[in-house]
Amino acid sequence: MFEAIIVLAVLAVLFGLLLGFAAVRFKVEGDPVVDQIDAILPQTQCGQCTYAGCRPYAEAIAKGEADINQCPPGGETVIQQLADLLGVDPKPLNEEHGEHGEKTVVYIDENECIGCTLCIQACPVDAIVGAAKQMHTVIESECTGCDLCIEPCPVDCIHIKPLEETPQTWKWPAPPLPLEKPPHEASGS
Amino acid sequence: MKRRLWHFHGGLRLPGHKAESMQEPVHTASIPPQLIVPLQQHIGEPAEPEVEVGQRVLKGQRLAHATEYVSIPVHAPTSGTIRAIEDHPIPHPSGLQTPCIVIDSDGEDEWAELTPHPDYTGLEPSALRNVIREAGIVGLGGAGFPAFIKLNAGPGNVIDTLVLNGAECEPYITCDAILMQEQPRRIIDGLLIMRHAVQARHCIIALENNQPQAYESLREALSDEEKTFIELVQVPTIYPTGGEKQLIKVLTGKEVPSHGLPLDIHMVCHNVGTAAAVADAIHHGQPLISRYVTVTGEAIGQPSNLDVLIGTPFSALLEQCGWRDDQDHELIMGGPLMGFNVASPDVPVIKTTNCILSWPKAAEQHTPMPCIRCGECARVCPAQLLPQQLYWYARAKNFDRVQDFNLFDCIECGCCAYVCPSHIPLVQYYRFAKTEIWAQERDKRKADLARERHEFRQERLERKKREDEERKQRKKEMLKKSQGDKTEGDDNKKATIEAAKARAKARRAESASADNPADAAPAQNNDKEES
Repeated sequence: MFEAIIVLAVLAVLFGLLLGFAAVRFKVEGDPVVDQIDAILPQTQCGQCTYAGCRPYAEAIAKGEADINQCPPGGETVIQQLADLLGVDPKPLNEEHGEHGEKTVVYIDENECIGCTLCIQACPVDAIVGAAKQMHTVIESECTGCDLCIEPCPVDCIHIKPLEETPQTWKWPAPPLPLEKPPHEASGS
Repeated sequence: MKRRLWHFHGGLRLPGHKAESMQEPVHTASIPPQLIVPLQQHIGEPAEPEVEVGQRVLKGQRLAHATEYVSIPVHAPTSGTIRAIEDHPIPHPSGLQTPCIVIDSDGEDEWAELTPHPDYTGLEPSALRNVIREAGIVGLGGAGFPAFIKLNAGPGNVIDTLVLNGAECEPYITCDAILMQEQPRRIIDGLLIMRHAVQARHCIIALENNQPQAYESLREALSDEEKTFIELVQVPTIYPTGGEKQLIKVLTGKEVPSHGLPLDIHMVCHNVGTAAAVADAIHHGQPLISRYVTVTGEAIGQPSNLDVLIGTPFSALLEQCGWRDDQDHELIMGGPLMGFNVASPDVPVIKTTNCILSWPKAAEQHTPMPCIRCGECARVCPAQLLPQQLYWYARAKNFDRVQDFNLFDCIECGCCAYVCPSHIPLVQYYRFAKTEIWAQERDKRKADLARERHEFRQERLERKKREDEERKQRKKEMLKKSQGDKTEGDDNKKATIEAAKARAKARRAESASADNPADAAPAQNNDKEES
């Protein structure tokens, strides 16, 4: 009786130490789920989800504070991927945050730009170059289409344009789905 | 010794329809009044124009130079004036417009100065590759991959066998067959140059056994010495034996690994037309500005092969071949299985245009029916894939699964769709899935770049904030210090003032004692004690 208690106590202490050691040795820095969610998000940093960027939104999703359908640029694809990752049911995009549209970029009408640098400060990915009282321009390949620079512009010289399709970026259209039944059967029934 | 031949999986025996366009020898197409030269006729980055509107250019002059490694220059097909550099429809399944150089030809066809390299054996393989690159040569078999890249074995790799692909397996197309028949020497010359560039030990020219005339003319053109290392092989006419991987399998029994290249099994495969272009570039210094094009099909009066300048509009060729422009036929670039519809007959011939085919519109249009799981598609697939599985997953847009079933090993030959009794456009589904996956990968790369830039910006802003804070702190400290100095200085000042006052007082006392020596004596004593 006494021996059994001692043996169990010793075992308990042993395993306790082992677990304690493992917790220190294999400690995971940060939250890996946040990274995984962040990897799915489109990184436009547009803030349409009401968070200050994609990473804060990812953190909010991981904490359960935000829903998975608040990202208009990502649209259905991102919602589906988030649902798969988090093991929840996909749901339609929350229209309050905006609609999923085609990809766009912005350009600066260089005749009207007064060189105020406000757009440069607003751009979350440093995709606008220029200096005070010098004309600014958008680096198109770096622009995420977040449109955050449009609001601060005092002369409204920043405009949205759709991303140009080239033979390299062109996609074959989805073929029509086959009929469920041969036509004569469908008409017969 | 006769080479043992192997079989690839599946494939189809199709009616060839080759005789129609091989009735007559190749004739040179007339120079059209206007040529449209797209800046991108190859896989990779478009070329960068280096001519100006209004400038006169000579035949063979470079119009645009390569920008990146996977890029290649384009040259003027004839002499004339640059009319415009503008967007123009090109032969591409998208029907999109891309930047093209439009030349008004002057009809003189005046050559620019050319630099041939007759003694190419003295050149390093890398220098030879550069000449081939500068000549703007791409694979003329269809894909249009820059030829110089495929002539580079890469560090540490050896090319054992160089295969020249004359197996033109798709029905109707005969431009390679007629080239082998009429210009065997050009092909062999090109092969010798390529052999030097890749330092291959062994060479094979492979062609289908439905082209006995081409075989004969090549055999006659080969010298006895060349026959010791160049093997001429006839392979059975089964579609798609002209596919690079399929041809290698037939010739050697080896399989190119999944997601791999022939280079991985020490082989390299080039089209016979590419070899002829290489011969022109090295022996005559001529860049790739013309090619053989088959014009054939139902609505073509005189199907034939033409030697065509790159940039010639399809319509100009069709006119020369008696084309009936009716509503029942559409135009296809390439063959009936792998070709694609062109948007209008005004698109220009590009480096990869092997065939212009007039194809009946309505006859092949069947309504797709549900898959009945007959398995015919898997039986004919030359890449040994499972077309049904690929179809289900592509249709469901499950792009991860479709890649698990090796979608990217699909060569889009169209055998599966051809045999499908339900007329499901299977290849369309695979093309759709492939371009969707590429688009997703592009988006992913862009997102990664944006994330990196955003994080860097955040970091920069934070650093700036921190530095501002530090600067403020430092300033505050400096201020404090200088204030401290001030109070200290005040004390000093006070002390000096006090001292001065004391001295003045002492002096006053002194002078007073001089007036009154009785009072002065103790004061003097005091002074002495102090000092």
